[in-house]
Amino acid sequence: MSKIMPFEEPVIKLREKIDELKHIAQDAEVDMSGEIEKLEARLEQLEKSIYSNMAPWDRVQVARHPERPTTLAYIDAIFEDFIELHGDRLFGDDAAIVGGIASFNGQPITIIGHQRGKTTKENIRRNFGMPHPEGYRKALRLMKQAEKFNRPIVCFIDTKGAYPGKAAEERGQSEAIARNLIEMAGLKVPVISIVIGEGGSGGALALGVANRILMLENSTYSVISPEGAASILWKDASLAKQAAEAMKITAPDLMDMKIIDTIIPEVAGGAHRDIDKQAKVMKEHLTATLEDLSVLNEEELVQDRYEKFKAIGQFIEN
Amino acid sequence: MSIRDIFSVNRKKQRGNFSATKEKDFPEDLMTKCPECRKIHVTKAVEQNLKVCPNCQHHLKLTAQERVAIFLDEGSFTSLDDHLQTTNPLGFPAYVEKIEVDKKKTGLNEAVLTGVGTLQGDKVVVAIMDSHFRMGSMGSVVGEKITRAIEKATELRVPFIIFTASGGARMQEGVLSLMQMAKTSVALSRHSEMGLLYISILTHPTTGGVSASFASVGDFNIAEPQALIGFAGRRVIEQTVREKLPDDFQTAEFLLAHGQLDAIFHRHEMRDKVATIVKLHRKGEATHV
Ligand SMILES: [Zn+2]
Repeated sequence: MSKIMPFEEPVIKLREKIDELKHIAQDAEVDMSGEIEKLEARLEQLEKSIYSNMAPWDRVQVARHPERPTTLAYIDAIFEDFIELHGDRLFGDDAAIVGGIASFNGQPITIIGHQRGKTTKENIRRNFGMPHPEGYRKALRLMKQAEKFNRPIVCFIDTKGAYPGKAAEERGQSEAIARNLIEMAGLKVPVISIVIGEGGSGGALALGVANRILMLENSTYSVISPEGAASILWKDASLAKQAAEAMKITAPDLMDMKIIDTIIPEVAGGAHRDIDKQAKVMKEHLTATLEDLSVLNEEELVQDRYEKFKAIGQFIEN
Repeated sequence: MSIRDIFSVNRKKQRGNFSATKEKDFPEDLMTKCPECRKIHVTKAVEQNLKVCPNCQHHLKLTAQERVAIFLDEGSFTSLDDHLQTTNPLGFPAYVEKIEVDKKKTGLNEAVLTGVGTLQGDKVVVAIMDSHFRMGSMGSVVGEKITRAIEKATELRVPFIIFTASGGARMQEGVLSLMQMAKTSVALSRHSEMGLLYISILTHPTTGGVSASFASVGDFNIAEPQALIGFAGRRVIEQTVREKLPDDFQTAEFLLAHGQLDAIFHRHEMRDKVATIVKLHRKGEATHV
């Protein structure tokens, strides 16, 4: 049974009641199809009203759902012939970022993404998707490889942030992130970033200097976690719900601020409810976005990225 | 003229450029207590020493205008983009009011002063962050001013030099402030593509998103002694790793030992050393200094 989020409780409860009723009807051999039909219609209504009116904090719950599909799940569902490539050639291999080459619609492509675990054991191995410098340096190595062989790059963003640890600082966490930003700016191949879960701060942005940024409907992208914002703003991390609203971190918010280009709709209740269906929708968006970018030459791709980020920001010029 | 003389002469000149409110940065107090060794000095003596503690060599914070005065050639500085104004994109209560207070306090329109000047005769574009303005945090205006300064350096085909001092992203501007890291990076990438020189000088403190973007990717990464430089905050790291961090953790000296910096220059030698680096990168001339 999948983890139930507070806002969807009415839906889950009604669904359970309908199932129960079906069983009872079957066992008692009574025809209750009329009643069941009515309840199912109500369920559909309820689903629609709840899942289409999600508050920012509800979306945070979906983005953090333990069963939310990860980078490797999408790689598995969308690409063919994926070969994972390891290591930064400098220090080690960071399991919090995965990357490799694959085939997409018959074309070679490089894929890089933050990788969370689903079980505790896997999460420990993946460091909860929070990379060290070697993760970012592996990502950059694979991007430069993609550029050499002239294939597009897709980055999946899914991290609470870069790991705040002693070793990470010693090995240059700042430089690793900063280097990715400036190097991504100059890449002569199409770069597409897709936020699939939580996009947390510089650790997310280090895979995010793309020609197009797409966000799954219930993913978030922020400068600081809602808990972090709450403890700074109101000295109380339990006010995360209010902070999630104040900080404007949802896909529609980022669309309004002209930071992202596309919102990828999610299946009702969140991507974890139907990964195959979700992957299909994502594949359509990825196909269309790659096609859009295919008309740009090397110089235009760099210029396109320049203009995209140059335009982000709000101020008064007088 | 010695660099100390330049400091005292330029200071009077610069003050004229940045309105009378500057008086606050030079408190009436005749005495100054070093925040590091706690020794009390005559303020004038500390100022004549470029705000370095004569006892322990602690580098006190400078305002952006003071930095201009001790770093660039006298009277050579022309500021850029003083007209850009901060808005309140997320509608945070009292945000604009806080900005107004710091504008008055610092004489700046935002937490960075940018402009064109000369360094021992070489034309350069500089950006000087000022931690007296909202802790030097980076929002849309800071990102835009730095980006335009880099673009100016690219247009003029001259070196870009930044003095960083920042607590990181400006939280009240949310993800817009995060994106300024990317915005400044695309401009730096283009400047670099032209084969132009970028010198990053990290001063106390340089942390968070500023550390994790332009501050760390200079052709030369230089720091002032003892400057705090790091990605994550010390407290956050201690809570995460549950171990005691060394006293010198995230200091300039710590970063130098871990291969993250090219050099640490004392404030007294910063101008000469950086000018030498610039001279060694002059185009189409003999490079002997
Ligand atoms: Zn002292």
